[in-house]
Amino acid sequence: MDIKNILSAFFWFAVLGGGLGALLALASKIFAVQRNERVEKIEEVLPGANCGGCGYTGCTACAEAMDAGIAKANACTVGGQELTDKISEILGIASVKTRRMRAQVMCSGTSEFSKHKYIYEGVPDCIAAVRIGGGDKTCPNGCIGLGTCVSVCKFDAIKIVDGVAVINYDKCTGCSSCVSACPKKIIKLIPYDAAHWVGCMSVDSGRETRAYCDVGCISCKLCEKHCPVGAITVDHFVATIDYDKCIDCGECVRRCPRKIIWSSKTAGGFMTINRGEIDFSVKGTGE
Amino acid sequence: MSDLFILMLNCVLVENFIFHKFLGCCPFMGVSNKPDNAIGMGLAVTFVMTLSSAVTYVVYHYILVRFNLEYLQTIAFILVIAALVQFIEMFLRKFVPALYNALGIFLPLITTNCAVLGSALLEVEKGYNFIYSVVFGLSAALGFTLAIVIFAGVRQRLELADCPKAFKGMPIALVTAGLIAMAFSGFTGMSLS
Repeated sequence: MDIKNILSAFFWFAVLGGGLGALLALASKIFAVQRNERVEKIEEVLPGANCGGCGYTGCTACAEAMDAGIAKANACTVGGQELTDKISEILGIASVKTRRMRAQVMCSGTSEFSKHKYIYEGVPDCIAAVRIGGGDKTCPNGCIGLGTCVSVCKFDAIKIVDGVAVINYDKCTGCSSCVSACPKKIIKLIPYDAAHWVGCMSVDSGRETRAYCDVGCISCKLCEKHCPVGAITVDHFVATIDYDKCIDCGECVRRCPRKIIWSSKTAGGFMTINRGEIDFSVKGTGE
Repeated sequence: MSDLFILMLNCVLVENFIFHKFLGCCPFMGVSNKPDNAIGMGLAVTFVMTLSSAVTYVVYHYILVRFNLEYLQTIAFILVIAALVQFIEMFLRKFVPALYNALGIFLPLITTNCAVLGSALLEVEKGYNFIYSVVFGLSAALGFTLAIVIFAGVRQRLELADCPKAFKGMPIALVTAGLIAMAFSGFTGMSLS
């Protein structure tokens, strides 16, 4: 091979590479974009799961909104109080109190208690099942248990146990992905330390509910009548609890004839939940 | 004009980059989870491929041919395309932030994508002139976009399909890609060019 050829190749590639390198170096100077340092700092402390629980498209968008003052420092429910403190520090504002929330599936109708209209053998997805006569469970507000919430949970906190979605409260961050994904709209965000909640969302009359579910709210209003602080109300044939008023006396739990008011107790960072009478013999975090 | 149109049709349907030449398979499998992402990737590839066709034509004919360096075309093209993509990325971030937000994450992915490099090399191999090269690059990229968007649509339905556990995810996607490629092979009989 001619030595001239080798030298020419060497020379022209050096020119080409050097030229392009110089061009890029120059371009990075000319086209430099001022990145907002605060946004970057906020983004760093955010969880980075891009769950969308804050209502923005992802953590970057949320960080930008926080920096611009559109979103509050506690917009990210996932990080909790610790994160809010950090962000407030970056933004240079006083920290706001956040309340840790968790998702709760408002249905107690496991396969042993609820009735089915038909046997569903289609695509294993709640949204698909709902399109066929509202799902296989007779109750129009019952958990279908095909796990659409399981697939959207970024934190692997949901499991289907005996036909009803159950949330692991240690893992749940309250991002509300499952709340918006559930086609039955029976997942609600409640305070993490909520003492009691009603495990039913059936809005049919008592007689109808009784016909298809052994653990449905029959709107007998016993809980409403006996609540000493008026925290529980029966509206549209279903009881709901106002968590700001509830004083955890347990009266509603004792009075409920259907035993569908659930209770939780947190001891040593370990939450035990129980349905019906207060008896925390059942250990578990909802698993 | 009709020559160009035939070239275009030929590239998009008959000699589709993914289904006929098997170029650009990694973004085809990797970024086809959602139709939105697929469209973004397709647009980014279209953008880069068209521009790189023009630039590599100039580099090949005015630098490589002149100095008898054609045997180094692969290296030269990789170098030029990588630099070009970097440059475009910076340019977009500064002047067209909307486009940058839409294509931004896809641009670095296709820096040395085999489809982009492949189109540059094929243009040289076929001896196209400047206009033909650019049209070839554009239509090859359109074929890529068509393929990835179709595939993303199919994959979305696949996700809900009740298939055996061993096939879930990538395996069934590969099988499906093969089936679509077979469907596209039906175009092979058409002699356009």
